[in-house]
Amino acid sequence: MNVKVFAFLVVVCFVFSPATSLVMGGESAAYRENIYNPGELKPVDSELKVKPGDPAPDFELPSVAGQRIGLEDFKGRKNVVISFVPAAWTPVCSDQWPGYNILQSLFDEHDAVLIGITVDNVPTLYSWTKQMGDLWFPVLSDFWPHGKTADAFGVLRSDGLSERALFIIDKKGVVQYTHVSNINVRPRLEDLVSALEKISR
Amino acid sequence: MRYLWLLLTGVMVVLFIVPAYADTTAHALFGIRLPAPDDDSQKSALGLTGTGSFSILDIGADAVVVEIFSMYCPHCQREAPLLNAFYETIRKESRAGRKIAVIGIGAGNSKYEVEFFRKKFDVPFPLFSDIDYSLHKALGGHKTPHFFVADITDDSAGSVFYDKTGAIEDYDALLKRIWKEISR
Repeated sequence: MNVKVFAFLVVVCFVFSPATSLVMGGESAAYRENIYNPGELKPVDSELKVKPGDPAPDFELPSVAGQRIGLEDFKGRKNVVISFVPAAWTPVCSDQWPGYNILQSLFDEHDAVLIGITVDNVPTLYSWTKQMGDLWFPVLSDFWPHGKTADAFGVLRSDGLSERALFIIDKKGVVQYTHVSNINVRPRLEDLVSALEKISR
Repeated sequence: MRYLWLLLTGVMVVLFIVPAYADTTAHALFGIRLPAPDDDSQKSALGLTGTGSFSILDIGADAVVVEIFSMYCPHCQREAPLLNAFYETIRKESRAGRKIAVIGIGAGNSKYEVEFFRKKFDVPFPLFSDIDYSLHKALGGHKTPHFFVADITDDSAGSVFYDKTGAIEDYDALLKRIWKEISR
């Protein structure tokens, strides 16, 4: 058998193998390997400093869009949901806000706005949130002084990340809901919605 | 010459080990059980009767498209209207009584989250919650969206002929392939 016959046999085997249709596919370009997986982390590593009924700690932080945004901007007008997520470019955080990005009507129903906060700097947040599409809510950087706002709420972890936490602040600036999730797990949407329903009743 | 034969043998082994893996995928896909939808029209869309759980092979269709999605996945959100349009196409286009079903499995999504996704995007086909990721893990733990397409013309032994992560790049080509696979 010469080389040509051998090559022909290989091609025939490949074309007619049922494996061919399975190995010719590939991942979508949307799935570049750009997410860092920190592995399983200690579920909670901080102690809350606020509880329902407390006045919310005030803050003003730079947003990815270039503004400075704080609680004062919404006082008397809107309920505010604050979503702290631990870090940009990590697995659970990278899908939590894209999920919230289809919830604008739900927030509107409860006269609420959403603010996303991480301890990352603005350039990092810019490039990270850009891959989520156009977010309808502001994303703020609590980078410097590092984690000051997270610490004021009691959700700054000992490694400098923040917890995965949700707070609802009513129009008077009073904390109405606190929820610190296991950092490795996304909080269920229905819990947040149920809390919003109680506040807007 | 002996080396050529060895090489040819190696190529043959690879080409027939990969199908063995595919059989594992089919085994996993046909091994999962889903709760029968409460909604009668959705139950009817899957050709199911009665209550309780069902397997993919129980679906009254010749082929089934299974999307592993998440409400939280932006790529799945972008895919939703395209998959809806595909579903409308296959509902209108019937060939010699052949039927194609579509279902979605919400990886890590609660019932509430799946329902929110369904309402948000007007998804016309049945969606199922997989809150503890058990189905997602059983099906290989792929990123979302992930699509499986199976030929289930034989109710006792189907085969999976599409198993891919990411958006469906060409729905027309997929539909042609499905008709071809189930017409054999």
